[in-house]
Amino acid sequence: MSVLSHDTPRKPLPAWGWSAAVFVAAVLWWAIYRQLPALSEALVARLPVERHSHLGEALAFFFYDVPKVMMLLALIVFAMGVVRSFFSPEKTRAALAGKREGLANVTAAGLGVLTPFCSCSAVPLFIGFVSAGIPLGVTFSFLIAAPMVNEVALILLIGLVGWNVALIYLGFGLAIAIVAGWVIGRLHLEGWLQDWVRDIHAGATDPVEDEALTLPDRYRSGLDSVREIFGKVWLWIILGIGIGALIHGYVPEELMARVMGSGAWWSVPAAVLMGVPMYTNAAGVIPIVEALLGKGAALGTVLAFMMSVIALSLPEMIILKQVLKLRLIAVFVGIVASGILAVGFLFNALF
Amino acid sequence: MKDIKVFGPGCKRCATTEDMVRAAAAKLGIEVSVEKVSDMAAIARAGVMSTPGISIDGKLVHAGGLPDPAKLEGWLSA
Repeated sequence: MSVLSHDTPRKPLPAWGWSAAVFVAAVLWWAIYRQLPALSEALVARLPVERHSHLGEALAFFFYDVPKVMMLLALIVFAMGVVRSFFSPEKTRAALAGKREGLANVTAAGLGVLTPFCSCSAVPLFIGFVSAGIPLGVTFSFLIAAPMVNEVALILLIGLVGWNVALIYLGFGLAIAIVAGWVIGRLHLEGWLQDWVRDIHAGATDPVEDEALTLPDRYRSGLDSVREIFGKVWLWIILGIGIGALIHGYVPEELMARVMGSGAWWSVPAAVLMGVPMYTNAAGVIPIVEALLGKGAALGTVLAFMMSVIALSLPEMIILKQVLKLRLIAVFVGIVASGILAVGFLFNALF
Repeated sequence: MKDIKVFGPGCKRCATTEDMVRAAAAKLGIEVSVEKVSDMAAIARAGVMSTPGISIDGKLVHAGGLPDPAKLEGWLSA
């Protein structure tokens, strides 16, 4: 990818040139990705540690997962950057305005996955939605789905844990966003917005002219998101994989089965509570999930932990405090946490 | 004299956008006054839903992400 990113706009590459370069990069990516297990084993074999010792296991996990996660992330973030260039908060707002609750909650949750969204603009986006007449509950469906069900979470789950877990996560993540938003809508809590939010009337509905994007523009926006996301998450990934590696190498299996196994009912609420103050994103938490599952932790407990870490974060609540009264934030957290608990218990009962 | 506002709560990209606007105006020799708007109410009232946003003489020209340098020069000289 870095080869492409040094492209200067002075001599613009034609669209076919971009497509060809992207294709070559994808082939190279696949060739390197296939060699990763062998490369990491070779690396660990050169280190002066016994391969099957605790330290050896932890190092093998670390040196395999770091390049693997980084490569998966580069691929997905690039592809999603291109896909997302077809969506914008303005278009999403136009699609949701005037729709009835219910179906609109479903659409909002779906668009939450696809619309480019950064938590630093959660507040203007929230106001933009509400002032355009989009019901509060529908806005919440969007705001819950956007961070929780994202492409990074899904692809990393497929790559590290398995596609069936990824599919389950997708289904239940969307379900929580839809149901929680719908419940908040039913409760009619518009009075619990901060006063200034209700008085505001945002500017024209579609202020930014839709700039016609060319294919190279879209590729470039893919590269931009790779650069941006990596700058933001690389440290979290290394930390997450480091913790995952420690769990993988050192935590005894019977301890894990006792604490996070399906027999321990209290482990689900404990996982949700632990997840709230933890602030990381999907990329950081999934290596931990991988290691926990590998040690025999129950799927429901682990999913509850993951959803809680990603969807209920303290920094986001502090941002939302500017537009929501504390009571409404409490209701939001309560409803989402109940949904996550339900998913956790359901899975532990089923599997 | 063009009146330019850069909308953003204070993330790194918003500061970069402000620098880009100043640099582009200086390069083109256009006289501008650049104001950084970080108040959430003011950002929302301007119709900006994704930051950083840029408005020139009251008209919103860009929202979300760093602006493309070539396009930025186009807006400024328009």
